[in-house]
Amino acid sequence: MAAMTYREALNLALREEMRRDPRVFVIGEEVGLYEGAYKVTQGLLKEFGGQRVVDTPIAESGFTGVGIGAAMVGLRPVIEMMTFNFALLALDQIVNSAAKMYYMSGGQFNVPIVIRGPGGPAAQLAAQHSQSMETYFYHVPGLKVVRPTTPMDAKGLLKSAIRDDNPVIFIEAETLYSVKGEVPDDPEFLIPLGKALVRREGTDVTVIAYMGMMYRAMEAAEELEKEGISVELVDPRTLRPMDTETIIGSVRKTHRAVVVEAGAGFAGMGSEIVAFVTEQAFDDLDAPVERVTGANAPMPYARNLEKLKTPSKDKILAAVRRVCNANGS
Amino acid sequence: MPRITLEPRFQVEYLSILDSDGNLDTALEPKLAGEDLRALYRAMVLGRRLDERMVRLQRQGRIGTFAPTKGQEASQMGSAFTLRRIDWMVPSFRETAAMIWRGWPIEKLLLFFAGHLEGGQPALDQHDLPITIPVATQLPHAVGLAYAAQYRGDDVVVMAYFGDGATSEGDFHEALNFAGVWHVPVVFVCQNNQWAISVPLKKQTHSRTIAQKALAYGLPGIQVDGNDVLAVYAAAREAVDRARAGDGPTLIECVTYRLGVHTTADDPTKYRTDEEVAMWEQKDPLTRFRAYLEKRNLLEANVEQRIDEEIAEAVRRFESAPPADPLTMFDHVYAELPADLKAQREAMAAREPAAPARTGEMPPPSPTPMRGQRLTRR
Repeated sequence: MAAMTYREALNLALREEMRRDPRVFVIGEEVGLYEGAYKVTQGLLKEFGGQRVVDTPIAESGFTGVGIGAAMVGLRPVIEMMTFNFALLALDQIVNSAAKMYYMSGGQFNVPIVIRGPGGPAAQLAAQHSQSMETYFYHVPGLKVVRPTTPMDAKGLLKSAIRDDNPVIFIEAETLYSVKGEVPDDPEFLIPLGKALVRREGTDVTVIAYMGMMYRAMEAAEELEKEGISVELVDPRTLRPMDTETIIGSVRKTHRAVVVEAGAGFAGMGSEIVAFVTEQAFDDLDAPVERVTGANAPMPYARNLEKLKTPSKDKILAAVRRVCNANGS
Repeated sequence: MPRITLEPRFQVEYLSILDSDGNLDTALEPKLAGEDLRALYRAMVLGRRLDERMVRLQRQGRIGTFAPTKGQEASQMGSAFTLRRIDWMVPSFRETAAMIWRGWPIEKLLLFFAGHLEGGQPALDQHDLPITIPVATQLPHAVGLAYAAQYRGDDVVVMAYFGDGATSEGDFHEALNFAGVWHVPVVFVCQNNQWAISVPLKKQTHSRTIAQKALAYGLPGIQVDGNDVLAVYAAAREAVDRARAGDGPTLIECVTYRLGVHTTADDPTKYRTDEEVAMWEQKDPLTRFRAYLEKRNLLEANVEQRIDEEIAEAVRRFESAPPADPLTMFDHVYAELPADLKAQREAMAAREPAAPARTGEMPPPSPTPMRGQRLTRR
């Protein structure tokens, strides 16, 4: 174990996988000489050279398509989106080519690519650069979607994503890059895709959250503990395929659930989680499942409005108290 | 500072060797062996006869919508003929003639257009990408294949096909730009058939030629008579040799004409005149090539008849294939079957009658051969 930042954990994952497998290469805007807009690719150009750390023209569809082509003949590209909002320019390549190629070729061409970069609310990046982009991708059969909350997850999940034989959408967060945590040194440390994690055990209510919202939910859980409410925190980690078993198992234990997500709530991740919890564990529920989501509005630029748009600890506290029928103190 | 004139190289060549009146430029005539010329002609006739047969099959409801090739045989065969088996062909959706030449069995192509999984599966040793339906999206893939070849030091050239309409897409621009910057071994073959469904070329671009677009990306572009198989071959030969020698990509514009419908869901009488079609029928790529072979005493007897028999045999094999197995819907969504899909698959298996046993010569779909995992040998 070593203490390192989320950014360093991602960098280590890339470095280890590039050392392990000569087919792995990194491609994107500013990933080489500039070492990434968020410095995730620091030192990689120096170690692996320009053929494996490729600075591209500003053309998201182009370099995504190039990555898909290279993956179809056996390379393992890791494509960096400077921010995931830019992946909208590559949506056709991702949805119609990466996600469909294996299916439409009858299993002849799989596309083992990872598309990674930051997404979600940050610090005053405004409406076009703060979107919770996972919603655009987890709807698509053929894609896997990962959102790693901690430095340990960042390393273990990125390494699994690179070794996965499917296209993986791997969305990090600007606000987490400097978060520190313990990360295993073992170059074979992997966290399987599709496995949720119970981050905190509890008995009264299950709170499902990921990324920045998980950190807020942790703070809320500690406060609620003092009020006598025992919160179980579940982090899906992979949004598709979703580990419904772990979530349902937790709900069966606590009989109550709250889903927290940063993005706009309409048809969001929470909608899906509430749906399968209701379908599979209706009789186990003692209260309706609540969602705490971002407002259904674009992200405002103003600092005070940005804060109001994204779910706060207080909103999480209020929702948990409601489903637990507690008044709070 | 003065206002000066920069002088970028800007000239576009047009190449024609055998024109529609049968005139031959002997100085430019490619030195192809008689057997090669016969093979080219056979492939072009096969393309035409199969195309006509497929239109009938579609009208009878035996296959689904498809995009006929008629009129573009020379553009396809003149270019595809220059590829070795280890080179990659990246088709769009109208390259039937070239695909058969590259090794797709006819019945497999028919199965593709009947919606069968097997139809989209190139053989494991076949260096062809599957048919691409979304316009121009295959062009960045082609550059990716070429980048992979460069990355691994493979001696491989990539040839990508697309139409005039595709040149308006962003992916065309991005692919040519990447190819130019990286100097990768790829040949872009534009079949300019004058019409993108109902939109004529003049509404697609204000450029005098499509070939000239290459110059903006720093690569050579050439326009050829796309109905002259010798000219297409000569241009493609040059481009493929250049790519193989490490001298980078080329754009070839084949000026041709879609004699038939855009797809079987289209009615071209709504947007173009009979006179225009008749004018292009005079330039039919098969007529002039046949006359050329006749003059050189290279024409095989009964070639059309033998091709028709070959097609009829393939249609019989295609028709003996049972309907698609419902459960294949869940195959190849992911490299492995996730829990939610597994549950849906099991639910369908319980609901649907068991799939009929597969008979005939089509092999059952192979379980995830993972073609992409295989490293091409250096």
